[in-house]
Amino acid sequence: MANSDLTEAELEAAFQEKIDSEQKIEPKDWMPEGYRKNLIRQMSQHAHSEVIGMQPEGNWITRAPSLRRKAVLLAKVQDEAGHGLYLYSATETLGISRAEMIEALQTGAAKYASIFNYPTQTWGDMGAIGWLVDGAAICNQVSLQRTSYGPYARGMIRICKEESFHQRQGYQIMIELALGTPEQKQMAQDSLNRFYWPSLMMFGPHDSDSAHSAKSMKWKIKRETNDDLRQKFIDQTAPQIKFLGLEHPDKDLKWNAERGHHDSGEINWDEFYSVINGNGHCNRQRIQHHVKAHEEGAWVRAAMLAYKEKKKKQYQVD
Amino acid sequence: MTQSNSKQDLLTYTVRLGDDAIILGHRLSEWVSYGPFLEEDIALGNVSLDFIGHAQMYYTYAATLSNEVGDKKAEDDFAYLRDEREFQNHIIHELPRGDFAYSVVKQLLIDLYNKHYIEELKSSNDETLSAIAAKAAKEVTYHCRRSKEWTLRLGDGTEESHLKMQRALDDLWGYTHEIFEQDELELRLVAQGIAVDSASLKDKWFDDVKAIIEQATLKLPTSEWAVRGGRAGYHTENLGHLLTEMQFVHRSFPGAKW
Ligand SMILES: [Fe+2]
Ligand SMILES: [Fe+2]
Ligand SMILES: [Fe+2]
Repeated sequence: MANSDLTEAELEAAFQEKIDSEQKIEPKDWMPEGYRKNLIRQMSQHAHSEVIGMQPEGNWITRAPSLRRKAVLLAKVQDEAGHGLYLYSATETLGISRAEMIEALQTGAAKYASIFNYPTQTWGDMGAIGWLVDGAAICNQVSLQRTSYGPYARGMIRICKEESFHQRQGYQIMIELALGTPEQKQMAQDSLNRFYWPSLMMFGPHDSDSAHSAKSMKWKIKRETNDDLRQKFIDQTAPQIKFLGLEHPDKDLKWNAERGHHDSGEINWDEFYSVINGNGHCNRQRIQHHVKAHEEGAWVRAAMLAYKEKKKKQYQVD
Repeated sequence: MTQSNSKQDLLTYTVRLGDDAIILGHRLSEWVSYGPFLEEDIALGNVSLDFIGHAQMYYTYAATLSNEVGDKKAEDDFAYLRDEREFQNHIIHELPRGDFAYSVVKQLLIDLYNKHYIEELKSSNDETLSAIAAKAAKEVTYHCRRSKEWTLRLGDGTEESHLKMQRALDDLWGYTHEIFEQDELELRLVAQGIAVDSASLKDKWFDDVKAIIEQATLKLPTSEWAVRGGRAGYHTENLGHLLTEMQFVHRSFPGAKW
């Protein structure tokens, strides 16, 4: 029976059944328009985050304090560019082009992770970002390996393999600092203090306040809620902070034996929304940087295209 | 010539090769997040990483040699604790990142030079240098292919790209002369079969460059200017700023580990 013989409601029921039985949705399958839109929003935002995330770390490649650190950080930032690429291609399977997505990023119609609106001020921030920001991203991405859309799930599996290297390089930077001179240890503490809370915010608002959560859970685009993922991250980070011998930025953090989790202090949601809404130190800079690189590269892309056309014509004539 | 003087020569020569590699690798790393598109960000990063890797190999060897001449240094000391006058890279490596055409032409000139240089260095009498060259050779082949492809695309792309490429070539040509010139120290090492006789590579290099430049519809510069002095620590003003940035954190925490 062809799809056209089914009513919208029947198609939707079959779609939901497929999701409920843990089958992946593939690009050629029928899907509700809402599902497609929701995915495009989330996946393109994810891709943009990889790409914009290159900037705060790229900011320190030229100042890395040893050749080894320079090489490792550069390799890490390159990986993020690669993640951006996989994710753009995965999103393109939903019928949107990379050029359209980039346009949406540059006009502000699409978002990227707000964590990248925070400035990187010291070398310690390279440690804190790899450890905490990539660490939070991993929690989210591991969960997304089971997302219902096939290309997204497979992209996540590929990306997660590289992410553990990212977190390790960040934590190693922190270990060197925390076990180093008093000035280095101070640098590590300062970076932890500045990046801890924004990392918790990366998981998004509480489930009760999250606009997209319910539908995303039903469609299994999201597999775990914001608060559950955040709890995982809090629990895994607490002993890591202790191991470094640093002070925990959350003074209310306490182990709750009954829950088997840490209880923690409340996140400053005013700050979260304030930064998202344009009051971060780098919001404008990040987009302007992206636009500048894109515009400066326009003649290169045009020349590539012209050259390709020329060669095609020559080939036809020959 | 005494044994230790000759060791000192080898040390200086090795550091020079490291200087060429780290300064260029650093410059290339400035492209991260500024490439014309994402794939190119990754490719430029790869090339940058190759040069940084070569620098690490040369400096690691230099650290061993420094111990033997009684002036013990670590790999990072060479990159982070020397001043502008002590760096002995050829000037072309320190020139600014520039626009994409400038970077492409700079890489083309250097990559084609390295192709012949590294090939020769493979047969150096010094086993370590020869081993480093063998490791670097595959990467250099990739760099050449990449630079040639970009030269063709941009030289023979649009009118705008052609003009930018020609301007870059004209602006860079005068820095290519000194890479084929050797001072007393390198001549001594050439005589011992250790250093590459770079003067002997000029014709081959020129033929390679000429072929690709003409295929890309560009013109070889005929102007006479030439800037020299890198091997004597006589640099353009670009290098000091590069070092200021590169060395700032390392120098702010003397003795710290990273
Ligand atoms: Fe990533
Ligand atoms: Fe990654
Ligand atoms: Fe990452």
